[in-house]
Amino acid sequence: MAENTGIKDIVKDENLVYQKTSVLTDNVMHYCPGCGHGTAHRLIAEVIEDMDIQSDTLGVTPVGCAVLMYNYLDIDMQEAAHGRAPAVATAIKRLMPDKYVFTYQGDGDLAAIGTAETIHACNRGENIAIFFINNGIYGMTGGQMAPTTLSGMKSSTSPYGRDVQMMGNPMKMTELVAQLPGTWYVTRQTVHTPASVRKAKKAIRQAFENQKLKKGLSLVEIVSNCNSGWKMSPVEANKWMAENMFPFYPPGDIKLEGKLVVKE
Amino acid sequence: MKELKLMKGNEAIAEAAIRAGADAYFGYPITPQSEILEYLMAEKPHERTGMVVLQAESEVAAINMVYGGAACGRKVLTSSSSPGISLKQEGLSYIAGSELPCVVVNVVRGGPGLGTIQPAQSDYFQAVKGGGHGDYRLIVLAPQSVQEMADFVDLGFELAFKYRNPVMILTDGALGQMMEKVWLQEQKPRMKTFPEWATTGKTPDRERNVITSLDLDSAEQEKFNLKLQEKYRKLEAEEVRFEHTETEDAEYLLVAYGTSARICQKSVRLAREKGIKAGLLRPVTLFPFPKKPLMELAGKVKGILTVEMSTGQMVEDVRLAVECKVQVEHYGRMGGIIPTPEEIVDALGNNFLK
Ligand SMILES: Cc1ncc(C[n+]2csc(CCOP(=O)(O)OP(=O)(O)O)c2C)c(N)n1
Ligand code: SF4
Repeated sequence: MAENTGIKDIVKDENLVYQKTSVLTDNVMHYCPGCGHGTAHRLIAEVIEDMDIQSDTLGVTPVGCAVLMYNYLDIDMQEAAHGRAPAVATAIKRLMPDKYVFTYQGDGDLAAIGTAETIHACNRGENIAIFFINNGIYGMTGGQMAPTTLSGMKSSTSPYGRDVQMMGNPMKMTELVAQLPGTWYVTRQTVHTPASVRKAKKAIRQAFENQKLKKGLSLVEIVSNCNSGWKMSPVEANKWMAENMFPFYPPGDIKLEGKLVVKE
Repeated sequence: MKELKLMKGNEAIAEAAIRAGADAYFGYPITPQSEILEYLMAEKPHERTGMVVLQAESEVAAINMVYGGAACGRKVLTSSSSPGISLKQEGLSYIAGSELPCVVVNVVRGGPGLGTIQPAQSDYFQAVKGGGHGDYRLIVLAPQSVQEMADFVDLGFELAFKYRNPVMILTDGALGQMMEKVWLQEQKPRMKTFPEWATTGKTPDRERNVITSLDLDSAEQEKFNLKLQEKYRKLEAEEVRFEHTETEDAEYLLVAYGTSARICQKSVRLAREKGIKAGLLRPVTLFPFPKKPLMELAGKVKGILTVEMSTGQMVEDVRLAVECKVQVEHYGRMGGIIPTPEEIVDALGNNFLK
């Protein structure tokens, strides 16, 4: 290759297969390399672009690693207190019923401090979308145990592994809210392979489409990694996730069109 | 059309909110203010004006709903009583830190803890000193009648939007439950346009709007805090509200707000019948606090007695305002007990005339 070959010489219109969506800003994301948050952000941005709803979408960001999500999505956004995003989104949707409203929350945010807000927004059937990133740990504060931390899994506050006798059982928040009549669509996805990314995008799109139907709440869980918190390389983390997280948090639809999916 | 009605203070607040053109109310029941939510639910403001009313699962959720609605540039209010207001402090700190307007009503009951459902003024510190974490202030309005309960809702929204700051109406169980005549203002239309900072959906002609209280850069965070302090100074210069009763020739000054101030009016008359030249200064805004008029009166009187249904909270602000120019004492009852006019006159005598 010639010495001065630049990116423009390689990426040409005729061989371009993928571009950054205009709904993502040019800001450099702060996430650790290999973390699923960045991919999840990109998918939400792509769906907003595909559906042409940038002016009609309002997002609520969590407290957690995604606290700065508003720096990356070029839409109006509001940052909520730890766990309170579903309450914030409830008000936004009630006051602007024709807008698309979503929250983006980690497991510490949604399944610990914000359990009440999550369950009640789901139970009221607020016509919003909740995107729930489950990495089984508190990422932002340095890898402490979350309600979703697996049995035996090490974290900075369960350094010998989660002892369920002492620390309680890992919590399947998604299965829990699927039982509530207010939820319309509940699904669990992943973003660690190209195929799973495509599926997750479909689920995110479905969650936005459901708002048009005004049927109730969509919750899309994305089981993701926290390579920093898990103290693994990104490749190791994805392997560990598939081997350890997926058996307890199996990817797939849990509730479709208001009905629990029956598994044989 | 203006309308004269006989109403409970709590009901007057609710009706005033509808008439002020409020867009939403989010609340959770607690005595002695549950009539606010009950009245709004019964009145169907959704049909009258399109106002949204929702019973939240907790005070925490309710104040965060207020936060969400306020960020959309809407007129949103909530109400609660002492233990519930404690739960709302997290949200209030975020609302103040995001510079959003809203009205919060605290119909105070006796504490600490679960306390009593009877009236008290023991949430003064929490109301005027911030209450939640961080260096912030609420604008605090203290009504003394059912009429003012109603009037301060509209005034509250006006100040909240003018200064992009949460406003608290600090009242108590006596005023919330008391029935009086009240002139209700004409129905105002709900707002059709919203402030340019509001998150209403990014349009191609503007940058995205972000409502947040986060700034990880300490220099920026300090700059923001300085800007907030600037706003509070402006409030202190321009928005102080207070009332005088018989202060021209007063030798002894009572300082009281809300229910206590109402009782002190009688005490002033009783004292004067006994030959004690008493007067009353009633702060209407507790933040900003009427420091200047107090300082002026401090130069003329022989003693100041603050009367509060608390162990003595506002008395600290009075002492700060008068800068040791004159002796300042406190008289108060607690646990839901309302002082009588006679007790207050006795307290005046015991402190200054022995
Ligand atoms: C009231 C409150 N408590 C605690 C914190 C500290 N805190 C910040 S982020 C976080 C955990 C977030 O974990 P999670 O929601 O799983 O998101 P992640 O960082 O893993 O993406 C905690 C406990 C806070 N900001 N506010
Ligand atoms: S700490 Fe974990 S969740 Fe946070 S950005 Fe890094 S890898 Fe992702």
